[in-house]
Amino acid sequence: MASDTTAAVPSPSPGQEGTAPARARGEERRSRRYRRDVRWSPYAFITPFFVFFAAFGLFPLLYTGWASLHQVELTSPNDMTWVGLRNFSRLLSDDFFWNALRNTFTIGVLSTVPQLLIALGIAHLLNYRLRASMFFRVAVLTPYATSVAAATLVFVLLFGRDYGMVNWALGLVGFDHVDWQNGGWSSQLAVSTIVVWRWTGYNALIYLAAMQAVPADLYESAALDGASRWQQFVHVTIPSLRPTILFTAVVSTIGATQLFGEPLLFNGAAGATGGSDHQFQTLGLYLYEQGWVNLHLGRASAIAWAMFLILLLIGAVNWLVSHKLRKGMTS
Amino acid sequence: MRTRTRISRRLAALAAVAALGTGLLAGCAADGKDPGGGSSAQGGGGGAKTTLTVGVFGAFGLKEAGLYDAYMKLHPDIEIKQTSIERNENYYPQLLTHLGSGSGLADIQAVEVSNIAEVTATQSGKLEDLSKVSGVNKDDFLPWKWAEATTKDSKTVGLGTDIGPTGICYRKDLFAKAGLPTDREAVGKLWAGDWNKYLAVGRQYKAKAPAGAAFVDSASGVLNSITGSSATRYYDADGKVVYKSNPAVKQAWDTATAFAADGLTAKLQQFQPTWDQGFANASFATVSCPAWMLGYIQDKAGAAGKDQWDVAAAPKPSNWGGSFLTVPSASQHKAEAAKLAAWLTAPAQQAVLFEKRGSFPSAKAAYGLPAVAGAKHAYFGNAPIGQIFAQAAEGTPVQFLGPKDQIIQQNLTDIGMLQVEQKGKSPQQGWDAAVKAIDNALDQ
Repeated sequence: MASDTTAAVPSPSPGQEGTAPARARGEERRSRRYRRDVRWSPYAFITPFFVFFAAFGLFPLLYTGWASLHQVELTSPNDMTWVGLRNFSRLLSDDFFWNALRNTFTIGVLSTVPQLLIALGIAHLLNYRLRASMFFRVAVLTPYATSVAAATLVFVLLFGRDYGMVNWALGLVGFDHVDWQNGGWSSQLAVSTIVVWRWTGYNALIYLAAMQAVPADLYESAALDGASRWQQFVHVTIPSLRPTILFTAVVSTIGATQLFGEPLLFNGAAGATGGSDHQFQTLGLYLYEQGWVNLHLGRASAIAWAMFLILLLIGAVNWLVSHKLRKGMTS
Repeated sequence: MRTRTRISRRLAALAAVAALGTGLLAGCAADGKDPGGGSSAQGGGGGAKTTLTVGVFGAFGLKEAGLYDAYMKLHPDIEIKQTSIERNENYYPQLLTHLGSGSGLADIQAVEVSNIAEVTATQSGKLEDLSKVSGVNKDDFLPWKWAEATTKDSKTVGLGTDIGPTGICYRKDLFAKAGLPTDREAVGKLWAGDWNKYLAVGRQYKAKAPAGAAFVDSASGVLNSITGSSATRYYDADGKVVYKSNPAVKQAWDTATAFAADGLTAKLQQFQPTWDQGFANASFATVSCPAWMLGYIQDKAGAAGKDQWDVAAAPKPSNWGGSFLTVPSASQHKAEAAKLAAWLTAPAQQAVLFEKRGSFPSAKAAYGLPAVAGAKHAYFGNAPIGQIFAQAAEGTPVQFLGPKDQIIQQNLTDIGMLQVEQKGKSPQQGWDAAVKAIDNALDQ
């Protein structure tokens, strides 16, 4: 570099006069190409996602919206009759829809709340120095890796009325047999148990990751101040985990809103009714029943969009809460 | 450090997207390849082979009985491939979407009896007329089976495979303990001709029954077989929904709920794990059993139930279940596929299917064949099942099936009857709940 510039600067010979600007132009072009590259190639890299999203996410979403404004049957999906908002307005007076919404909510609460509390506890325990901690960390994740179908089928047996293990255990301590599948609360509790079992470890690992990011000095100084383990948990761990807890709460809520596999299989042969009294039919199941059992695609689409709107609502509430939280933390 | 983790995170994300993408593409490719395609290549013989695909649900039995192999031996230029989806409730909606789009279809598609009325009514334009294919003989089939897949303008879109003529399977040991006869002839006579006699036997049984063994598995099973024995059920001859006003349905409902009200049932739901456990633990003495259920009972009741189970004629001839083969017009090998379907449903092959798999023939021409006429079931005390079920099959009335037959039936049993049986609601409450669910389902 150095020799090059010294050679070029003192003696600008006439012959070279034309090449200097040309080289500069070349450099400029190259740098412009470089800048263009830097600027645009990331877009090229992310296009596959957006192309796939448009094809498999956005288009179905919009098409579902379009279908929800029509009367369409699965027996002839191309025959659409415009009905405007009728599919939505009838949802308002549809007992089965409200029942499903209520069930989704109660099962959601019954599964999300214990799930997150247990996860928090497990994460706290895993955060201690343990022998074979890796083993335990992997072990809590195994239920998450099990397929919903397999897990649910096992739980159906466990919650059997006549020969189930849960009732057998209840019998040992002197309780009557519970008809888990046919009761209102009992069936919802059973379904929630499956969800809790599957997702607790997953959430525990998220909490554990967040806990390990909490600076150790905080605990040390708390210990110096004479705080017990429990006090440390309540006054150091929990506040530091607040954003993480919010995140898992939102993710679990979304998961609960879409709950489908567990209640479907909990009623194995009977399909999507969610029990004889629709006692554990969730929104997801009702959508499936309308679309794929009763074959009314238009009505199913309307339910799908109603669920989408509910999720948006949850998102908005979450935004408000986290906004408040952040304000609370800075002030 | 920081940039490196960011880059690796980017890479990981990219890899994830790529993996997803290829997964999707692979999915598409596999989907598109299925239907007509794939000639030659596989055959070692050199000549171009026609590959016919058969789409079925569950363990349909055609392949397992060796029928495909036999056909390929007869026709060296044909190769048969089967795709199977485990459950019909997943198979059927997919079949409808494929028919709607005219792609993704196999050359032959199986249709379950509970869907055949809807397929015949709404999809006949997309299916081939199989009545005039060489080798198909209308008179071979039971008239009611033939009628089920035939449109008003005499287009036959499906050829019957098996049917489900129904008997009553019963446990000899429990019958003996309750002081009832155990011989299958005598047992059949106890209730011959009237479902209410079946109920009366149940009451007689209960008076002396051993503890923990109910008379019948479920009230829904009773409802199923009673409604399966009447000519009009949920639809009338003009295709109108009449289940609310049809006296036959009312009677069936009353009889079946009487079983529940009198505590004659084990309060089980069929095809649930608890039902299987009921077989294993002998917690009920009788069950309405279509021919195809015998193997199921043998499986679930196991070695302990051998020589305890037997089968007698049902009070009235009734049918539950059975399937059809159809050929979509979108198939690229319609002619060959129709020939194959005709061969698979011919009496001789139906007899083989019965012999190997226990699926009872819908071709009455097969009933005289030794494989059927002489069939005995070792597990069921060597019961002459060929004769028992052939009699039921021939006595079953021509029933008017409607497009939403299955939905009506399922809501009556899984909503209405279950509420009465398991939740202790009154018959009227159960009926109202079922009607409400059916109205919601039928209303578009």
